[in-house]
Amino acid sequence: MKLTGAQALIKSLEMQGVDVMFGLPGGAILPVYDPIIDSPIRHILVRHEQGAGHMAEGYAQATGRPGVAMVTSGPAATNIVTPLANAYMDSVPIVVVTGQVATGSIGSDAFQEADITGITMSVTKHNWLVTDANDIPNVVAEAFHVATTGRPGPVLIDFPKDVANASMEWYWPTSVDMPGYKPNSRGHSKMIAAAVKMMFESTRPVFYVGGGVLKARGSEALAELVELTGIPVVTTLMARGAFPDDHPLCLGMPGMHGNYTAVTSMQQADLLIALGSRFDDRVTGKLDGFAPNAKIIHVDIDPAELGKIRRPDVPIVGDCRSVIEDIIKAIKSDPDAFQQRADISEWVGTVKEWQQKYPLKYEQPSLSGILKPQYVIEKLRDAAPSDTIVVSGVGQHQMWASQYWKFNHPHTWINSGGLGTMGFAVPAAIGAKVGKPDRTVWAVDGDGCFQMTAQELVTASMERIPIKVALLNNSYLGMVRQWQEMFYGERYSEVYLSPDLPDYVKWAEAMGCAAFRVESAEEVGPAIEKASEINDRPVVVEFRTDSSEKVFPMVPAGVSNDNIILGPEGLN
Amino acid sequence: MSISYIPGNGSLVDSTESAKVMHHHVLSVLVENRAGVLARIAQLFSRRGYNIFSLAVAPTDDSRFSRITIVVDVDSAPLEQITKQLHKLINVIKISELDPADSVECELLVATVNADISARGHVMELVALFDGKIIDVGTDKLTVLVTGEPDKLDDFSELLSSFGIVELQRTGRVALAKLERQSNKLKNTTGRAG
Ligand SMILES: Cc1ncc(C[n+]2csc(CCOP(=O)(O)OP(=O)(O)O)c2C)c(N)n1
Ligand SMILES: [Mg+2]
Repeated sequence: MKLTGAQALIKSLEMQGVDVMFGLPGGAILPVYDPIIDSPIRHILVRHEQGAGHMAEGYAQATGRPGVAMVTSGPAATNIVTPLANAYMDSVPIVVVTGQVATGSIGSDAFQEADITGITMSVTKHNWLVTDANDIPNVVAEAFHVATTGRPGPVLIDFPKDVANASMEWYWPTSVDMPGYKPNSRGHSKMIAAAVKMMFESTRPVFYVGGGVLKARGSEALAELVELTGIPVVTTLMARGAFPDDHPLCLGMPGMHGNYTAVTSMQQADLLIALGSRFDDRVTGKLDGFAPNAKIIHVDIDPAELGKIRRPDVPIVGDCRSVIEDIIKAIKSDPDAFQQRADISEWVGTVKEWQQKYPLKYEQPSLSGILKPQYVIEKLRDAAPSDTIVVSGVGQHQMWASQYWKFNHPHTWINSGGLGTMGFAVPAAIGAKVGKPDRTVWAVDGDGCFQMTAQELVTASMERIPIKVALLNNSYLGMVRQWQEMFYGERYSEVYLSPDLPDYVKWAEAMGCAAFRVESAEEVGPAIEKASEINDRPVVVEFRTDSSEKVFPMVPAGVSNDNIILGPEGLN
Repeated sequence: MSISYIPGNGSLVDSTESAKVMHHHVLSVLVENRAGVLARIAQLFSRRGYNIFSLAVAPTDDSRFSRITIVVDVDSAPLEQITKQLHKLINVIKISELDPADSVECELLVATVNADISARGHVMELVALFDGKIIDVGTDKLTVLVTGEPDKLDDFSELLSSFGIVELQRTGRVALAKLERQSNKLKNTTGRAG
């Protein structure tokens, strides 16, 4: 069967099981947009290519399947660099197809030419420039294979216009031939035995759970391992929900804005069992003061993470779920050793005392007084179904959402962790809702972030993707304001946005959303209830919150986690 | 082809005394012979702040693959990171760290040197001592070629400089493990793509 390159590309995506893609056409990708009309793949037309990339990420994180975005060459391709960088940092499997000028014009500074494979080399797991239409099925198969196996990540296929117009004989490869790409998923049995031994000897162990557990779909296995061992768990910003917050052994989020118990338990541990986490600086604080007495078992599918920041005593290269399952098997295979393991009850007791003594705290003055953002998150959390998917932007609102929500299911928290991309929330929430249409999806966004990608609400209205947005409007680039208040002597430089410019309600309405404004605590509950009832279009609820509220606890940058500041009273 | 450069974006070589004595490690990297593979490797070194001392690339006997010999300046802990990060490149197939003591290394040097009538004989003598060749002759200059171990070329260029070097170019080293007990000499790194 003869196909054009463009037809072969779309057919290859169909063969990969793609059901939806996010994109926006233009000159170089025009030939590929023609067969889309005849394809069962749903195409969602975005308003900015950055939106397409983040939607693909939201879709991937909510469903576990790779997200697909397609854009044209040049400026469109550069517009999607941010989502690629974001997906690279957070190990999100997305496949981006960019149009390219015809192969004969490459290198001539042709109209809308950009060297996107060169530009994205450092923010993709791999990228391909297709130069022969006969390679298309192979390249697509390789691209999906690379994006979804090993440590997942973004890939890019650059697709010149003449290749799209060329003719090829259709085939579909049964396997990929990549001699340099052989990810390891099973952990080494000797290392697993060593890990079990170390766990049994430890009197102050902590599971340090990262996003890798979610990527590996390892939450169930983790729950079994925690039940078996009784070891407390911290879940990083990328792993919220990987272990249920309502479990007595869940200590919540560690790190710069982590709670006292999560931070301090790591500091005082004699063993950290790092599962799919990468000792990010936002978790460790000042590195040489981090968990100084802890031995380290480090499980990661990416061998380069082992020893990159902190040298592990037991390194295990492997998929988190498979390794956790093997650890469970190893434990069960030796009941005597299990019986004789060190007693951790005193440690668990200490940790529980900390939880009692140092809970997260804030004060909502009175129901008619100034509205605290944490109160909004708590109200939202209590009103929303427990499997609600929460998607956040970047800033104070992100930290409050992560701290105050109770994540009791995996894959219900989607945020931009590694890159910290403002503007992530709205498009990622749209992608998540497309992937999980039966779930309630709440974006928790800041006023600064919202202004970066709000135009995608037009996409959501047009395509009838009824996400809900809780806009925490504190009139400021709040997180930056907090740093200026705390570390720059209250000298506020370029952080004021205004409470009512733009008028968010009118803006949201203009984009086809239902929208309303909340200014006091007593209005919060009814507004959320009203938002919950609207399911035929997106909803934006603007909450006017206290500008001066800061995120606590906080470990200032470059300081040891031992010097955690619990609240404003700790600043002087 | 040969490239030698020190990226300008900082490096892992810190300012402690021990680090000032630069340690050279030789990595022999087998790669798929694909467009852009050299760019991927150079870019990886640059963005992660690793220093390349020299680099030599050429196809192997199997045209699907090329071998890149990279001399890097690091102490061994970051070297492990370098090899692991290199392994993550999809086109990288195999990395061997070659211990200079257990490998044969070779480099080529060409230089144009001032050699008027009075100096010409001395230059020719020096070239002969180093088993080199005269490959071009001008009225008051000679272009010479010497191959051998990098240390030998260092000596040669130092001795040659007293005559006045007009231009000098070295290829960067290529290396293979010594033949006897080869299995021990090729210290295959353990990293895998992930
Ligand atoms: C694209 C981008 N630009 C700048 C920053 C730096 N930054 C981090 S948080 C923040 C403020 C975010 O403001 P807002 O969305 O209002 O959230 P708030 O902190 O007020 O809750 C800024 C500017 C960033 N993370 N991303
Ligand atoms: Mg704000």
